Amino acid sequence: MDLENQQRVKDLAEKHGKENLVVILGGAEAEASGLACETVTNGDPTFAGPLAGVQLGLACYHILEPQIKDEVDEDVYDEQVSMMEMVLDVDDIVDEVSTYREKYSDFA
Amino acid sequence: MLEGKKVAILGDRDGVPGPAIKECIESAGAEVVFTTTECFV
Repeated sequence: MDLENQQRVKDLAEKHGKENLVVILGGAEAEASGLACETVTNGDPTFAGPLAGVQLGLACYHILEPQIKDEVDEDVYDEQVSMMEMVLDVDDIVDEVSTYREKYSDFA
Repeated sequence: MLEGKKVAILGDRDGVPGPAIKECIESAGAEVVFTTTECFV
């Protein structure tokens, strides 16, 4: 997760409160999506960015996860996401992101 | 779960881009406070 976005997420968590902020990912790969989830929950694992050592514990989901899909208008989801849903490895992505969320998120 | 929440979106150029996620999240009743489309790799 790039350093500028780490700072943005950190600032938003301070501004709106950690309990009110949800991060939604659209990553194409399970590993990268998991790393992004780890970064906004347990801190930057590479210790390179503003979230190094900062455990925000945010609620973080991938747009392909059923908890999110179920809350989105079905027509909008079909139009915006369904094509990528067919191409991406949904099971791997969901497994990876949910693993980090369950381990480190305080609000999910 | 999303209704009334503030949402930060980290889309992916090779996955689901930020604006597509934004449309979805707004339809669920949440307020999008940040959207980006990064290259995850």
